[in-house]
Amino acid sequence: MPTTIIAGAGHAGGQTAISLRQAGYDGRIIVCGAEPAPPYQRPPLSKKYLSGELARERVFLRPESFYSRHDVELRLGNAVRDVDPAQRTVVLDDGGSLSFTDLVIATGSRPRRLDVPGSDLGNIFYLRTLEDADAIGNALVAGRRLAVVGGGYIGLEIASTAKGLGLEVCVIEAADRILGRVTAPEMSGYYARAHRARGVHVKLSTAVAAFEGDGTVRRVDCGAETIPADVVVIGIGVVPEVRLAESAGIACDDGIVVDERCATSAAHVYAAGDCTRHPNPILGRSLRLESVHNALEQARTAAANIAGTPTRYEQAPWFWSDQFDLKLQMAGISDGYDTIVQRGSMDADDFAMFYLKDGVLIAVDAVNRPREFMACRKLVPQRPSIDPVKLADESIPMQEMA
Amino acid sequence: MPRITFIQPDGAAATVEIANGLTVMEGAIENDITGVVAQCGGSCSCSTCHCYVADDWMRALPPPEEEESGLIEFAWEPRESSRLTCQIRVTDALDGLVLHVPAEQL
Repeated sequence: MPTTIIAGAGHAGGQTAISLRQAGYDGRIIVCGAEPAPPYQRPPLSKKYLSGELARERVFLRPESFYSRHDVELRLGNAVRDVDPAQRTVVLDDGGSLSFTDLVIATGSRPRRLDVPGSDLGNIFYLRTLEDADAIGNALVAGRRLAVVGGGYIGLEIASTAKGLGLEVCVIEAADRILGRVTAPEMSGYYARAHRARGVHVKLSTAVAAFEGDGTVRRVDCGAETIPADVVVIGIGVVPEVRLAESAGIACDDGIVVDERCATSAAHVYAAGDCTRHPNPILGRSLRLESVHNALEQARTAAANIAGTPTRYEQAPWFWSDQFDLKLQMAGISDGYDTIVQRGSMDADDFAMFYLKDGVLIAVDAVNRPREFMACRKLVPQRPSIDPVKLADESIPMQEMA
Repeated sequence: MPRITFIQPDGAAATVEIANGLTVMEGAIENDITGVVAQCGGSCSCSTCHCYVADDWMRALPPPEEEESGLIEFAWEPRESSRLTCQIRVTDALDGLVLHVPAEQL
């Protein structure tokens, strides 16, 4: 019987198994992951799971019964340790060895560590796993002071959730603006104002020199100033988890290199999700994406190819981030834009920013603007030339932009 | 538990029990209902849990919020009866609800 082994039981790993069965694959499917939980959704970990609004079972990608019902073997707490692509075998953490017909590497990414004096003190956390979220959740007690190191989406979402739980919150960002890696200065300015207006302290151009405390963190030493903190969460980006692929001799370049079919440089070995560097024909370049949509669609693509239907992954990326009452939805990638157009009002928390390059619409950041977001999800792949004046004109519905 | 029926474009119907408090989307995923994709996992950000509500059930549901109706306008073939199932919370009042799954999502 053909056997597909999936190395990694995150969003991409779980979806690969689901998509294989949906595609009619009747071989053996084995999902191996380091964590004890079945595949789950990570986005709620900084939002509704962290706030306690969603119970543990409700973040699972599928109920646990799904896997037995569909004859998918879960090897949880037992990750793939080594791959031999030539022999088509893997070795698991428990020393067991398995043979595969096809392998999907879905090892995801891990938080970038901040290595400064005191970084091993108690109550300093990173957020990646359910276990991390549980630990942070336990520490987020009303009245405590939380310092969030890093003004990216994860950090800002945690800041928003913690503020809602009644903590005093300070976001510490080393660069001169938050969200600097992912969006335009206009959006950075808006989100800094939005957080400040809702009671979050935002410190820009402030680098952490050390954490101080007595076993447990008490202060964040930022050189010129010291910020008191009972709890610290560090969110300064992720690095792709490529060790497994790299040690097997599979091509990597800041991510496991895959083609449009999600195939790696080794025959019968695919990769999907955060860990991949993949070509995007719409963007005309290769990139690495840390997103649910990418994880799901690459998983679906790898599964289809394994199940015998040649399939290519060629979609415009999209993302979302919920903070306070602000629903941010993004489509496309704004890198390299030469023109930015605002539609709607920042003061009313009701606007979209469109990004154009050489007259072509390449991306949107939409705040509480689902129509602008959805219209752009459909428009961006078509690379349309749109007059910026028209985009800004609220009297013209988004349906008429194409 | 409330019983909810999903009808596929080919007419195939599946009636499933969904616990009060869950969303209709969560119940569809739990019960392997084909065509309810729910990429964003229920945060009202993708529209891929779109279904059509059977005519006689439209009035039983609270109207959609703006964040839902904006997505629906751009969903695959939206109709008056279109809803995102992640925004419908199951209660006893929805026992017997009938939904039609669209042929495509997006």
